[in-house]
Amino acid sequence: MLTLTNVYKTFNKGTINEKKALNGLDLHLEDGDFVTIIGGNGAGKSTMLNMIAGVYPIDCGKITIEDKDAQSGVEKVINLSRMPEYKRAAYIGRVFQDPMKGTAAGMEIEENLALAYRRSKSRGLKWALTRSYRWGITKKEKELYYEKLKTLGLGLEERMTSKVGLLSGGQRQALTLLMATLEKPKLLLLDEHTAALDPKTAKTVLDLTGRIVNENHLTAMMVTHNMKDAIRLGNRLIMMHEGRIIYDVSGEEKKNLHVSDLLTKFEEVSGGEFANDRMMLS
Amino acid sequence: MGNIGALFQALPGAVSQGVLWGIMVLGVYITFKILDIADLTVDGSFALGGCVCALLVVEKGRGPVEALLMATLAGFIAGAVTGILHTLCDIPAILAGILTQIALWSINLRVMGKSNTPLLKVDTIFSKLVAVSGMPQSTVAMVTGIVIAVLLILFLYWLFGTELGCTLRATGNNEDMIRALGRNTKTAKLIALAISNALVGLSGALVCQSQKYADIGMGTGAIVIGLAAIVIGDVLFGWVRSFGSKLMAAVVGSVVYFVIRAIVLWLGMDANDMKLISAIIVALALCIPVFINKWRNYHSYSEEGPTC
Ligand SMILES: Nc1ncnc2c1ncn2[C@@H]1O[C@H](COP(=O)(O)OP(=O)(O)O)[C@@H](O)[C@H]1O
Ligand SMILES: [Mg+2]
Repeated sequence: MLTLTNVYKTFNKGTINEKKALNGLDLHLEDGDFVTIIGGNGAGKSTMLNMIAGVYPIDCGKITIEDKDAQSGVEKVINLSRMPEYKRAAYIGRVFQDPMKGTAAGMEIEENLALAYRRSKSRGLKWALTRSYRWGITKKEKELYYEKLKTLGLGLEERMTSKVGLLSGGQRQALTLLMATLEKPKLLLLDEHTAALDPKTAKTVLDLTGRIVNENHLTAMMVTHNMKDAIRLGNRLIMMHEGRIIYDVSGEEKKNLHVSDLLTKFEEVSGGEFANDRMMLS
Repeated sequence: MGNIGALFQALPGAVSQGVLWGIMVLGVYITFKILDIADLTVDGSFALGGCVCALLVVEKGRGPVEALLMATLAGFIAGAVTGILHTLCDIPAILAGILTQIALWSINLRVMGKSNTPLLKVDTIFSKLVAVSGMPQSTVAMVTGIVIAVLLILFLYWLFGTELGCTLRATGNNEDMIRALGRNTKTAKLIALAISNALVGLSGALVCQSQKYADIGMGTGAIVIGLAAIVIGDVLFGWVRSFGSKLMAAVVGSVVYFVIRAIVLWLGMDANDMKLISAIIVALALCIPVFINKWRNYHSYSEEGPTC
Protein backbone atom coordinates (compact mmCIF):
# COMPACT_ATOMS: atom_id res chain seq x y z
CA MET A 1 0.00 0.00 0.00
CA LEU A 2 2.55 2.54 1.19
CA THR A 3 6.21 1.85 0.59
CA LEU A 4 9.20 3.86 1.76
CA THR A 5 12.48 2.74 0.26
CA ASN A 6 15.81 3.93 1.55
CA VAL A 7 14.56 7.39 2.52
CA TYR A 8 17.14 9.91 3.78
CA LYS A 9 16.58 13.36 5.15
CA THR A 10 19.20 15.68 6.60
CA PHE A 11 18.21 19.10 7.88
CA ASN A 12 20.56 22.10 7.54
CA LYS A 13 23.02 20.14 5.45
CA GLY A 14 26.56 21.48 5.50
CA THR A 15 26.03 23.74 8.49
CA ILE A 16 26.97 23.36 12.11
CA ASN A 17 23.32 22.46 12.79
CA GLU A 18 23.37 19.53 10.39
CA LYS A 19 20.95 16.88 11.61
CA LYS A 20 20.35 13.49 10.06
CA ALA A 21 16.67 13.02 10.74
CA LEU A 22 15.97 9.99 8.53
CA ASN A 23 18.72 7.56 7.91
CA GLY A 24 17.88 5.05 5.21
CA LEU A 25 14.34 4.36 6.25
CA ASP A 26 12.49 1.34 4.81
CA LEU A 27 8.86 0.66 5.53
CA HIS A 28 6.02 -1.18 3.87
CA LEU A 29 2.40 -0.90 4.93
CA GLU A 30 -0.34 -3.34 3.93
CA ASP A 31 -3.85 -2.20 3.19
CA GLY A 32 -5.70 -1.69 6.47
CA ASP A 33 -2.59 -1.58 8.64
CA PHE A 34 -2.97 0.58 11.73
CA VAL A 35 0.58 1.26 12.82
CA THR A 36 1.50 2.92 16.08
CA ILE A 37 4.90 4.59 16.19
CA ILE A 38 7.01 5.19 19.27
CA GLY A 39 10.54 6.42 19.83
CA GLY A 40 12.50 8.98 21.82
CA ASN A 41 12.60 12.69 21.20
CA GLY A 42 14.20 13.49 17.87
CA ALA A 43 14.00 9.90 16.66
CA GLY A 44 12.52 11.12 13.39
CA LYS A 45 8.88 10.16 13.88
CA SER A 46 7.45 13.52 12.86
CA THR A 47 9.96 13.81 10.07
CA MET A 48 8.85 10.45 8.66
CA LEU A 49 5.21 11.57 8.62
CA ASN A 50 6.17 14.95 7.16
CA MET A 51 8.13 13.24 4.39
CA ILE A 52 5.15 11.05 3.53
CA ALA A 53 2.83 14.08 3.53
CA GLY A 54 5.31 16.13 1.52
CA VAL A 55 5.87 18.97 3.97
CA TYR A 56 9.57 18.90 3.04
CA PRO A 57 11.20 17.17 0.09
CA ILE A 58 13.22 14.01 0.78
CA ASP A 59 16.96 13.97 0.00
CA CYS A 60 16.93 10.56 -1.62
CA GLY A 61 14.94 7.36 -1.67
CA LYS A 62 11.43 6.66 -2.81
CA ILE A 63 7.91 6.93 -1.43
CA THR A 64 5.07 5.23 -3.29
CA ILE A 65 1.44 4.57 -2.61
CA GLU A 66 -0.92 2.16 -4.36
CA ASP A 67 -4.27 3.44 -5.48
CA LYS A 68 -7.19 2.01 -7.40
CA ASP A 69 -7.98 3.95 -10.53
CA ALA A 70 -11.42 5.47 -10.06
CA GLN A 71 -12.71 4.36 -13.46
CA SER A 72 -11.00 1.12 -14.36
CA GLY A 73 -10.51 -0.14 -10.82
CA VAL A 74 -6.97 -1.17 -11.69
CA GLU A 75 -4.37 -0.88 -8.90
CA LYS A 76 -1.58 1.46 -9.84
CA VAL A 77 1.54 2.59 -8.04
CA ILE A 78 1.84 6.32 -7.54
CA ASN A 79 5.23 7.82 -6.90
CA LEU A 80 4.89 10.45 -4.19
CA SER A 81 8.60 11.16 -3.84
CA ARG A 82 8.56 14.54 -5.55
CA MET A 83 4.87 15.35 -5.59
CA PRO A 84 3.94 18.66 -3.91
CA GLU A 85 2.18 18.51 -0.57
CA TYR A 86 -1.18 19.75 -1.82
CA LYS A 87 -1.36 17.03 -4.47
CA ARG A 88 -0.52 14.27 -2.02
CA ALA A 89 -3.49 15.44 0.03
CA ALA A 90 -5.68 13.58 -2.45
CA TYR A 91 -4.43 10.38 -0.80
CA ILE A 92 -3.50 11.47 2.69
CA GLY A 93 -5.49 12.80 5.64
CA ARG A 94 -3.63 14.37 8.54
CA VAL A 95 -4.12 15.41 12.13
CA PHE A 96 -1.39 17.54 13.69
CA GLN A 97 -0.23 17.72 17.29
CA ASP A 98 -1.25 21.36 17.60
CA PRO A 99 -5.08 21.63 17.73
CA MET A 100 -4.80 25.10 16.18
CA LYS A 101 -3.16 23.73 13.05
CA GLY A 102 -5.83 21.44 11.69
CA THR A 103 -8.79 23.80 11.42
CA ALA A 104 -9.44 27.35 10.25
CA ALA A 105 -10.41 29.30 13.38
CA GLY A 106 -12.10 32.17 11.55
CA MET A 107 -14.42 29.93 9.57
CA GLU A 108 -17.55 28.08 10.62
CA ILE A 109 -17.66 24.40 11.54
CA GLU A 110 -19.63 23.56 8.42
CA GLU A 111 -17.30 25.61 6.23
CA ASN A 112 -14.34 23.71 7.61
CA LEU A 113 -16.11 20.46 6.89
CA ALA A 114 -16.98 21.64 3.40
CA LEU A 115 -13.30 22.40 2.73
CA ALA A 116 -12.44 18.89 3.87
CA TYR A 117 -15.28 17.31 1.92
CA ARG A 118 -13.88 18.72 -1.29
CA ARG A 119 -10.38 17.46 -0.55
CA SER A 120 -10.06 14.97 -3.35
CA LYS A 121 -12.51 16.48 -5.78
CA SER A 122 -11.41 17.35 -9.28
CA ARG A 123 -9.38 20.43 -10.07
CA GLY A 124 -9.19 23.01 -12.80
CA LEU A 125 -10.69 26.38 -13.59
CA LYS A 126 -14.25 25.12 -13.73
CA TRP A 127 -13.85 23.51 -10.34
CA ALA A 128 -12.23 26.62 -8.91
CA LEU A 129 -15.16 28.75 -9.93
CA THR A 130 -17.97 26.47 -8.81
CA ARG A 131 -19.95 27.92 -5.99
CA SER A 132 -19.56 26.31 -2.64
CA TYR A 133 -19.49 26.99 1.08
CA ARG A 134 -21.94 29.00 3.05
CA TRP A 135 -23.85 29.89 -0.10
CA GLY A 136 -23.36 26.56 -1.79
CA ILE A 137 -23.30 23.87 0.88
CA THR A 138 -26.20 21.71 -0.19
CA LYS A 139 -28.87 20.50 2.17
CA LYS A 140 -27.71 16.95 1.61
CA GLU A 141 -24.18 17.91 2.59
CA LYS A 142 -25.43 19.59 5.75
CA GLU A 143 -27.31 16.45 6.71
CA LEU A 144 -24.16 14.43 6.18
CA TYR A 145 -22.14 16.80 8.35
CA TYR A 146 -24.85 16.71 10.99
CA GLU A 147 -24.78 12.91 11.15
CA LYS A 148 -20.99 12.79 11.16
CA LEU A 149 -20.69 15.42 13.90
CA LYS A 150 -23.22 13.53 15.95
CA THR A 151 -20.97 10.48 15.97
CA LEU A 152 -18.36 12.54 17.81
CA GLY A 153 -20.75 12.82 20.74
CA LEU A 154 -19.60 16.36 21.55
CA GLY A 155 -22.77 18.22 20.62
CA LEU A 156 -21.03 20.00 17.74
CA GLU A 157 -23.87 19.05 15.38
CA GLU A 158 -25.99 21.74 17.04
CA ARG A 159 -23.34 24.41 16.48
CA MET A 160 -22.57 23.98 12.80
CA THR A 161 -22.45 27.70 12.07
CA SER A 162 -20.22 28.55 15.05
CA LYS A 163 -16.72 29.74 14.33
CA VAL A 164 -14.20 26.98 15.01
CA GLY A 165 -12.12 29.43 17.04
CA LEU A 166 -14.74 29.15 19.79
CA LEU A 167 -14.13 25.41 20.27
CA SER A 168 -11.84 23.84 22.86
CA GLY A 169 -8.63 22.08 21.88
CA GLY A 170 -10.22 18.66 22.25
CA GLN A 171 -13.24 19.64 20.19
CA ARG A 172 -11.01 21.06 17.49
CA GLN A 173 -8.91 17.91 17.43
CA ALA A 174 -12.01 15.74 17.13
CA LEU A 175 -13.25 17.97 14.32
CA THR A 176 -9.88 17.74 12.56
CA LEU A 177 -10.06 13.98 12.83
CA LEU A 178 -13.49 14.03 11.26
CA MET A 179 -12.26 16.37 8.52
CA ALA A 180 -9.28 14.16 7.77
CA THR A 181 -11.52 11.13 7.33
CA LEU A 182 -14.66 12.69 5.86
CA GLU A 183 -13.46 11.79 2.40
CA LYS A 184 -11.92 8.41 3.11
CA PRO A 185 -8.17 8.90 2.70
CA LYS A 186 -5.86 6.15 1.42
CA LEU A 187 -3.69 6.87 4.42
CA LEU A 188 -4.29 8.67 7.69
CA LEU A 189 -1.34 10.31 9.48
CA LEU A 190 -1.65 11.18 13.17
CA ASP A 191 1.28 12.89 14.86
CA GLU A 192 0.86 12.89 18.64
CA HIS A 193 -2.58 14.31 18.00
CA THR A 194 -3.63 13.92 21.63
CA ALA A 195 -0.41 15.16 23.23
CA ALA A 196 -1.67 18.71 23.72
CA LEU A 197 -4.92 17.63 25.37
CA ASP A 198 -5.71 16.93 29.01
CA PRO A 199 -5.75 13.20 29.87
CA LYS A 200 -9.52 12.84 29.84
CA THR A 201 -10.01 14.64 26.53
CA ALA A 202 -7.02 12.80 25.13
CA LYS A 203 -8.71 9.51 25.93
CA THR A 204 -11.95 10.60 24.26
CA VAL A 205 -10.14 11.65 21.11
CA LEU A 206 -8.05 8.50 21.12
CA ASP A 207 -11.06 6.23 21.47
CA LEU A 208 -12.68 8.15 18.67
CA THR A 209 -9.58 7.62 16.57
CA GLY A 210 -9.67 3.87 17.12
CA ARG A 211 -13.34 3.75 16.24
CA ILE A 212 -13.05 5.85 13.08
CA VAL A 213 -10.05 3.88 11.83
CA ASN A 214 -11.75 0.54 12.46
CA GLU A 215 -15.16 1.44 11.11
CA ASN A 216 -13.72 2.84 7.90
CA HIS A 217 -11.00 0.20 7.55
CA LEU A 218 -8.44 2.96 7.19
CA THR A 219 -4.73 2.50 6.77
CA ALA A 220 -3.24 4.70 9.48
CA MET A 221 0.02 5.69 11.13
CA MET A 222 -0.15 7.12 14.63
CA VAL A 223 2.77 8.59 16.54
CA THR A 224 2.33 8.51 20.29
CA HIS A 225 4.56 8.89 23.30
CA ASN A 226 2.25 6.76 25.37
CA MET A 227 3.42 3.14 25.17
CA LYS A 228 0.22 1.71 26.58
CA ASP A 229 -1.76 3.39 23.81
CA ALA A 230 0.77 2.19 21.29
CA ILE A 231 0.21 -1.39 22.43
CA ARG A 232 -3.54 -1.08 22.88
CA LEU A 233 -4.34 0.43 19.49
CA GLY A 234 -3.52 -0.84 16.04
CA ASN A 235 -2.29 -4.11 14.60
CA ARG A 236 1.34 -3.17 14.26
CA LEU A 237 3.90 -1.23 16.27
CA ILE A 238 7.20 0.24 15.19
CA MET A 239 9.91 1.84 17.28
CA MET A 240 12.22 4.44 15.78
CA HIS A 241 15.66 5.50 16.82
CA GLU A 242 18.05 7.88 15.09
CA GLY A 243 16.09 8.01 11.88
CA ARG A 244 15.60 4.27 11.49
CA ILE A 245 13.07 1.65 12.41
CA ILE A 246 14.67 -0.52 15.04
CA TYR A 247 11.72 -2.66 16.05
CA ASP A 248 8.65 -3.76 14.14
CA VAL A 249 6.00 -6.09 15.55
CA SER A 250 2.52 -7.01 14.48
CA GLY A 251 -0.30 -9.46 14.99
CA GLU A 252 -0.31 -11.76 18.01
CA GLU A 253 3.22 -10.80 19.00
CA LYS A 254 2.16 -7.19 19.30
CA LYS A 255 -0.97 -8.02 21.27
CA ASN A 256 1.11 -9.82 23.84
CA LEU A 257 3.59 -6.97 24.27
CA HIS A 258 4.09 -5.32 27.63
CA VAL A 259 5.43 -1.89 28.34
CA SER A 260 8.43 -3.52 30.01
CA ASP A 261 9.25 -5.32 26.74
CA LEU A 262 9.36 -2.01 24.94
CA LEU A 263 11.52 -0.49 27.64
CA THR A 264 14.01 -3.31 27.40
CA LYS A 265 14.05 -3.06 23.66
CA PHE A 266 14.60 0.65 23.83
CA GLU A 267 17.40 0.44 26.35
CA GLU A 268 19.09 -2.20 24.23
CA VAL A 269 19.51 0.17 21.32
CA SER A 270 19.87 3.48 23.08
CA GLY A 271 22.22 2.43 25.85
CA GLY A 272 19.98 3.23 28.78
CA GLU A 273 19.41 6.91 28.18
CA PHE A 274 15.76 6.27 28.65
CA ALA A 275 15.19 7.53 32.16
CA ASN A 276 15.15 11.20 31.23
CA ASP A 277 13.21 10.80 28.03
CA ARG A 278 9.75 12.13 27.48
CA MET A 279 8.55 8.76 26.15
CA MET A 280 6.88 7.69 29.33
CA LEU A 281 4.47 5.10 30.50
CA SER A 282 1.57 7.08 31.85
CA MET B 1 -10.68 77.74 9.30
CA GLY B 2 -12.95 78.73 6.47
CA ASN B 3 -16.66 79.36 6.88
CA ILE B 4 -18.99 76.42 7.13
CA GLY B 5 -20.32 77.06 3.63
CA ALA B 6 -16.90 76.33 2.19
CA LEU B 7 -16.89 73.00 3.94
CA PHE B 8 -20.27 72.09 2.48
CA GLN B 9 -19.03 73.03 -0.94
CA ALA B 10 -16.07 70.73 -0.53
CA LEU B 11 -18.11 67.77 0.67
CA PRO B 12 -19.56 66.43 -2.62
CA GLY B 13 -16.06 66.33 -4.07
CA ALA B 14 -14.77 64.56 -0.99
CA VAL B 15 -17.52 61.97 -1.11
CA SER B 16 -16.95 61.21 -4.78
CA GLN B 17 -13.20 60.95 -4.18
CA GLY B 18 -13.94 58.58 -1.32
CA VAL B 19 -16.02 56.32 -3.53
CA LEU B 20 -13.43 56.20 -6.32
CA TRP B 21 -10.61 55.49 -3.86
CA GLY B 22 -12.98 53.00 -2.25
CA ILE B 23 -12.37 50.70 -5.18
CA MET B 24 -8.70 50.63 -4.22
CA VAL B 25 -9.79 49.90 -0.65
CA LEU B 26 -11.63 46.82 -1.91
CA GLY B 27 -8.34 45.64 -3.37
CA VAL B 28 -6.51 46.26 -0.13
CA TYR B 29 -9.30 44.43 1.71
CA ILE B 30 -8.57 41.26 -0.24
CA THR B 31 -4.92 41.16 0.71
CA PHE B 32 -5.04 42.66 4.18
CA LYS B 33 -8.23 41.18 5.58
CA ILE B 34 -8.55 37.94 3.68
CA LEU B 35 -4.97 36.89 2.98
CA ASP B 36 -3.57 38.62 6.06
CA ILE B 37 -0.83 40.25 3.98
CA ALA B 38 0.10 43.94 3.91
CA ASP B 39 0.71 44.32 0.17
CA LEU B 40 2.84 47.39 -0.55
CA THR B 41 2.52 46.93 -4.31
CA VAL B 42 -0.59 49.09 -3.97
CA ASP B 43 1.28 52.41 -3.94
CA GLY B 44 2.87 51.52 -7.26
CA SER B 45 -0.10 49.86 -8.92
CA PHE B 46 -2.41 52.78 -8.06
CA ALA B 47 -0.07 55.19 -9.81
CA LEU B 48 0.40 52.66 -12.59
CA GLY B 49 -3.35 52.69 -13.19
CA GLY B 50 -3.31 56.49 -13.38
CA CYS B 51 -0.27 56.63 -15.64
CA VAL B 52 -1.53 53.98 -18.06
CA CYS B 53 -4.85 55.79 -18.23
CA ALA B 54 -3.21 59.16 -18.90
CA LEU B 55 -0.96 57.68 -21.55
CA LEU B 56 -3.86 56.09 -23.39
CA VAL B 57 -6.29 59.00 -23.38
CA VAL B 58 -3.78 61.79 -23.88
CA GLU B 59 -0.99 60.33 -25.99
CA LYS B 60 -2.71 57.48 -27.77
CA GLY B 61 -6.10 59.08 -28.20
CA ARG B 62 -7.96 56.05 -26.85
CA GLY B 63 -11.39 56.14 -25.27
CA PRO B 64 -11.72 56.61 -21.51
CA VAL B 65 -13.40 53.23 -20.99
CA GLU B 66 -10.67 51.38 -22.82
CA ALA B 67 -8.17 53.27 -20.66
CA LEU B 68 -9.92 52.00 -17.51
CA LEU B 69 -9.76 48.43 -18.74
CA MET B 70 -6.10 48.67 -19.65
CA ALA B 71 -5.29 50.21 -16.27
CA THR B 72 -7.08 47.30 -14.61
CA LEU B 73 -5.04 44.85 -16.65
CA ALA B 74 -1.81 46.69 -15.81
CA GLY B 75 -2.65 46.48 -12.10
CA PHE B 76 -3.41 42.78 -12.50
CA ILE B 77 0.03 42.19 -13.98
CA ALA B 78 1.75 44.24 -11.26
CA GLY B 79 -0.02 42.16 -8.61
CA ALA B 80 0.95 38.95 -10.39
CA VAL B 81 4.60 40.03 -10.29
CA THR B 82 4.40 40.48 -6.52
CA GLY B 83 2.60 37.16 -6.36
CA ILE B 84 5.34 35.39 -8.27
CA LEU B 85 8.06 36.95 -6.12
CA HIS B 86 6.19 35.91 -3.01
CA THR B 87 5.01 32.41 -3.92
CA LEU B 88 7.58 31.16 -6.39
CA CYS B 89 10.65 32.80 -4.88
CA ASP B 90 9.52 32.63 -1.23
CA ILE B 91 10.23 36.33 -0.70
CA PRO B 92 8.25 37.63 2.29
CA ALA B 93 5.07 39.36 1.11
CA ILE B 94 6.04 42.79 2.46
CA LEU B 95 9.39 42.73 0.71
CA ALA B 96 7.92 41.36 -2.52
CA GLY B 97 5.46 44.25 -2.50
CA ILE B 98 8.20 46.80 -1.85
CA LEU B 99 10.26 45.44 -4.75
CA THR B 100 7.37 45.71 -7.19
CA GLN B 101 6.44 49.12 -5.86
CA ILE B 102 9.96 50.47 -6.39
CA ALA B 103 10.18 48.90 -9.82
CA LEU B 104 6.85 50.48 -10.72
CA TRP B 105 8.16 53.94 -9.91
CA SER B 106 10.59 53.68 -12.82
CA ILE B 107 8.06 51.90 -15.00
CA ASN B 108 5.44 54.59 -14.38
CA LEU B 109 7.93 57.28 -15.39
CA ARG B 110 8.66 55.34 -18.56
CA VAL B 111 4.97 54.89 -19.25
CA MET B 112 4.19 58.59 -19.06
CA GLY B 113 7.60 59.84 -20.15
CA LYS B 114 7.31 62.62 -17.57
CA SER B 115 6.31 62.96 -13.97
CA ASN B 116 2.79 64.21 -14.59
CA THR B 117 0.25 64.49 -17.37
CA PRO B 118 -2.81 66.76 -17.34
CA LEU B 119 -5.96 65.42 -19.02
CA LEU B 120 -7.05 68.74 -20.48
CA LYS B 121 -9.29 68.80 -23.51
CA VAL B 122 -9.79 65.06 -23.59
CA ASP B 123 -12.92 63.15 -22.78
CA THR B 124 -13.15 61.24 -19.55
CA ILE B 125 -16.01 58.96 -18.58
CA PHE B 126 -17.07 61.68 -16.20
CA SER B 127 -17.04 64.52 -18.72
CA LYS B 128 -19.05 62.35 -21.10
CA LEU B 129 -21.60 61.53 -18.42
CA VAL B 130 -21.79 65.16 -17.35
CA ALA B 131 -22.57 66.08 -20.94
CA VAL B 132 -25.27 63.42 -21.15
CA SER B 133 -26.90 63.92 -17.76
CA GLY B 134 -26.31 67.58 -17.07
CA MET B 135 -25.46 66.79 -13.44
CA PRO B 136 -22.43 68.36 -11.74
CA GLN B 137 -19.10 66.54 -12.03
CA SER B 138 -18.93 65.54 -8.38
CA THR B 139 -22.41 63.96 -8.49
CA VAL B 140 -21.56 62.09 -11.67
CA ALA B 141 -18.29 60.88 -10.18
CA MET B 142 -20.06 59.74 -7.04
CA VAL B 143 -22.83 57.89 -8.87
CA THR B 144 -20.41 56.28 -11.32
CA GLY B 145 -18.16 55.29 -8.45
CA ILE B 146 -21.04 53.78 -6.50
CA VAL B 147 -22.26 51.81 -9.51
CA ILE B 148 -18.78 50.43 -10.19
CA ALA B 149 -18.20 49.70 -6.51
CA VAL B 150 -21.50 47.83 -6.21
CA LEU B 151 -20.73 45.78 -9.32
CA LEU B 152 -17.30 44.92 -7.95
CA ILE B 153 -18.70 44.00 -4.55
CA LEU B 154 -21.15 41.65 -6.29
CA PHE B 155 -18.25 40.16 -8.22
CA LEU B 156 -16.15 39.69 -5.09
CA TYR B 157 -19.13 38.24 -3.23
CA TRP B 158 -19.50 35.68 -5.98
CA LEU B 159 -15.75 35.02 -6.20
CA PHE B 160 -15.32 34.41 -2.49
CA GLY B 161 -18.19 31.97 -2.55
CA THR B 162 -16.41 29.77 -5.08
CA GLU B 163 -13.91 27.01 -4.36
CA LEU B 164 -11.10 29.40 -5.21
CA GLY B 165 -12.48 32.10 -2.96
CA CYS B 166 -12.92 29.78 -0.03
CA THR B 167 -9.44 28.42 -0.53
CA LEU B 168 -8.29 32.04 -0.28
CA ARG B 169 -10.23 32.71 2.89
CA ALA B 170 -8.89 29.53 4.44
CA THR B 171 -5.35 30.38 3.29
CA GLY B 172 -5.49 33.63 5.24
CA ASN B 173 -6.86 31.70 8.18
CA ASN B 174 -4.61 28.67 8.32
CA GLU B 175 -2.31 27.97 5.42
CA ASP B 176 -0.96 24.67 6.76
CA MET B 177 -4.42 23.27 7.10
CA ILE B 178 -5.65 24.18 3.68
CA ARG B 179 -2.53 22.74 2.05
CA ALA B 180 -3.11 19.54 3.99
CA LEU B 181 -6.61 19.56 2.52
CA GLY B 182 -5.18 19.54 -0.95
CA ARG B 183 -5.39 23.15 -2.09
CA ASN B 184 -2.58 24.87 -3.93
CA THR B 185 -2.17 27.88 -1.67
CA LYS B 186 0.53 29.44 -3.84
CA THR B 187 -1.65 29.72 -6.91
CA ALA B 188 -4.48 30.99 -4.78
CA LYS B 189 -2.32 33.75 -3.28
CA LEU B 190 -0.95 34.72 -6.66
CA ILE B 191 -4.44 35.09 -8.09
CA ALA B 192 -5.60 37.09 -5.06
CA LEU B 193 -2.68 39.49 -5.32
CA ALA B 194 -3.32 39.96 -9.04
CA ILE B 195 -7.06 40.60 -8.57
CA SER B 196 -6.41 42.93 -5.67
CA ASN B 197 -4.01 45.07 -7.68
CA ALA B 198 -6.30 45.00 -10.70
CA LEU B 199 -8.88 46.80 -8.54
CA VAL B 200 -6.20 49.19 -7.34
CA GLY B 201 -5.15 49.94 -10.92
CA LEU B 202 -8.77 50.56 -11.89
CA SER B 203 -9.18 52.91 -8.96
CA GLY B 204 -6.03 54.79 -9.96
CA ALA B 205 -7.39 55.27 -13.47
CA LEU B 206 -10.78 56.46 -12.17
CA VAL B 207 -9.13 58.94 -9.84
CA CYS B 208 -6.92 60.11 -12.71
CA GLN B 209 -9.95 60.74 -14.91
CA SER B 210 -11.87 62.49 -12.15
CA GLN B 211 -9.05 64.83 -11.11
CA LYS B 212 -7.97 65.24 -14.74
CA TYR B 213 -4.30 64.54 -14.26
CA ALA B 214 -1.94 61.70 -13.52
CA ASP B 215 1.15 62.03 -11.40
CA ILE B 216 3.74 59.40 -10.66
CA GLY B 217 3.44 60.34 -6.98
CA MET B 218 -0.32 59.86 -6.89
CA GLY B 219 -0.08 56.44 -5.25
CA THR B 220 2.28 57.41 -2.48
CA GLY B 221 0.80 56.29 0.80
CA ALA B 222 -2.17 54.61 -0.91
CA ILE B 223 -1.71 51.48 1.17
CA VAL B 224 -2.02 53.50 4.37
CA ILE B 225 -5.14 55.24 3.06
CA GLY B 226 -6.54 51.81 2.23
CA LEU B 227 -5.76 50.44 5.68
CA ALA B 228 -7.15 53.56 7.36
CA ALA B 229 -10.38 53.24 5.36
CA ILE B 230 -10.70 49.57 6.32
CA VAL B 231 -10.10 50.43 9.96
CA ILE B 232 -12.70 53.22 9.86
CA GLY B 233 -15.17 50.86 8.17
CA ASP B 234 -14.47 48.27 10.87
CA VAL B 235 -15.07 50.75 13.65
CA LEU B 236 -18.30 52.05 12.15
CA PHE B 237 -19.67 48.71 10.98
CA GLY B 238 -17.89 46.19 13.18
CA TRP B 239 -21.18 44.48 13.83
CA VAL B 240 -21.99 43.50 10.26
CA ARG B 241 -21.52 39.80 9.59
CA SER B 242 -21.98 39.10 5.92
CA PHE B 243 -19.06 39.36 3.56
CA GLY B 244 -20.91 41.70 1.20
CA SER B 245 -21.65 44.17 4.00
CA LYS B 246 -18.05 44.07 5.12
CA LEU B 247 -16.93 45.09 1.64
CA MET B 248 -19.54 47.82 1.68
CA ALA B 249 -18.21 48.99 5.04
CA ALA B 250 -14.72 49.27 3.53
CA VAL B 251 -15.98 51.57 0.77
CA VAL B 252 -17.96 53.65 3.26
CA GLY B 253 -14.80 53.80 5.39
CA SER B 254 -13.05 55.30 2.40
CA VAL B 255 -15.77 57.93 1.98
CA VAL B 256 -15.54 58.82 5.67
CA TYR B 257 -11.77 59.06 5.33
CA PHE B 258 -12.06 61.62 2.54
CA VAL B 259 -14.71 63.55 4.42
CA ILE B 260 -12.38 63.71 7.42
CA ARG B 261 -9.70 64.87 5.03
CA ALA B 262 -11.94 67.66 3.74
CA ILE B 263 -12.64 68.73 7.31
CA VAL B 264 -8.96 68.69 8.17
CA LEU B 265 -8.22 70.88 5.17
CA TRP B 266 -11.10 73.16 6.03
CA LEU B 267 -9.64 73.54 9.52
CA GLY B 268 -6.64 75.01 7.77
CA MET B 269 -4.25 72.13 8.16
CA ASP B 270 -1.80 71.22 5.45
CA ALA B 271 -2.94 68.48 3.05
CA ASN B 272 0.45 66.90 3.49
CA ASP B 273 -0.35 66.28 7.16
CA MET B 274 -3.03 63.82 6.08
CA LYS B 275 -0.44 61.08 5.65
CA LEU B 276 0.63 61.56 9.26
CA ILE B 277 -2.98 61.44 10.40
CA SER B 278 -3.65 58.29 8.35
CA ALA B 279 -0.58 56.61 9.78
CA ILE B 280 -1.69 57.49 13.28
CA ILE B 281 -5.20 56.14 12.65
CA VAL B 282 -3.85 52.83 11.39
CA ALA B 283 -1.20 52.57 14.09
CA LEU B 284 -3.79 53.23 16.79
CA ALA B 285 -6.19 50.70 15.31
CA LEU B 286 -3.45 48.09 15.32
CA CYS B 287 -2.11 48.95 18.81
CA ILE B 288 -5.33 49.36 20.75
CA PRO B 289 -6.36 45.68 20.72
CA VAL B 290 -2.83 44.68 21.70
CA PHE B 291 -2.75 47.08 24.63
CA ILE B 292 -6.23 46.15 25.78
CA ASN B 293 -5.08 42.56 25.86
CA LYS B 294 -1.91 43.37 27.79
CA TRP B 295 -3.83 45.54 30.20
CA ARG B 296 -6.36 42.75 30.82
CA ASN B 297 -3.63 40.21 31.40
CA TYR B 298 -1.80 42.55 33.73
CA HIS B 299 -4.86 43.33 35.80
CA SER B 300 -6.24 39.84 35.98
CA TYR B 301 -3.02 38.78 37.74
CA SER B 302 -3.39 38.02 41.39
CA GLU B 303 -0.80 36.61 43.74
CA GLU B 304 -3.37 34.74 45.79
CA GLY B 305 -4.64 32.76 42.85
CA PRO B 306 -8.05 33.00 41.26
CA THR B 307 -10.28 35.47 43.06
CA CYS B 308 -13.48 34.27 41.51
N1 LIG C 1 12.33 21.66 10.06
C1 LIG C 1 13.42 21.22 10.70
N2 LIG C 1 14.59 21.89 10.61
C2 LIG C 1 15.68 21.45 11.24
N3 LIG C 1 15.74 20.34 11.97
C3 LIG C 1 14.63 19.61 12.11
C4 LIG C 1 13.40 20.01 11.48
N4 LIG C 1 12.46 19.10 11.77
C5 LIG C 1 13.04 18.18 12.54
N5 LIG C 1 14.35 18.47 12.75
C6 LIG C 1 15.31 17.68 13.51
O1 LIG C 1 15.24 16.35 13.07
C7 LIG C 1 15.29 15.46 14.16
C8 LIG C 1 14.09 14.57 14.17
O2 LIG C 1 12.99 15.36 14.54
P1 LIG C 1 11.49 14.84 14.64
O3 LIG C 1 11.19 14.03 13.44
O4 LIG C 1 10.64 16.00 14.91
O5 LIG C 1 11.56 13.90 15.93
P2 LIG C 1 10.40 13.21 16.73
O6 LIG C 1 10.68 11.75 16.64
O7 LIG C 1 10.54 13.70 18.14
O8 LIG C 1 9.10 13.58 16.14
C9 LIG C 1 15.42 16.29 15.40
O9 LIG C 1 16.78 16.35 15.78
C10 LIG C 1 14.94 17.65 14.98
O10 LIG C 1 15.60 18.66 15.69
MG1 LIG D 1 7.43 14.74 16.84
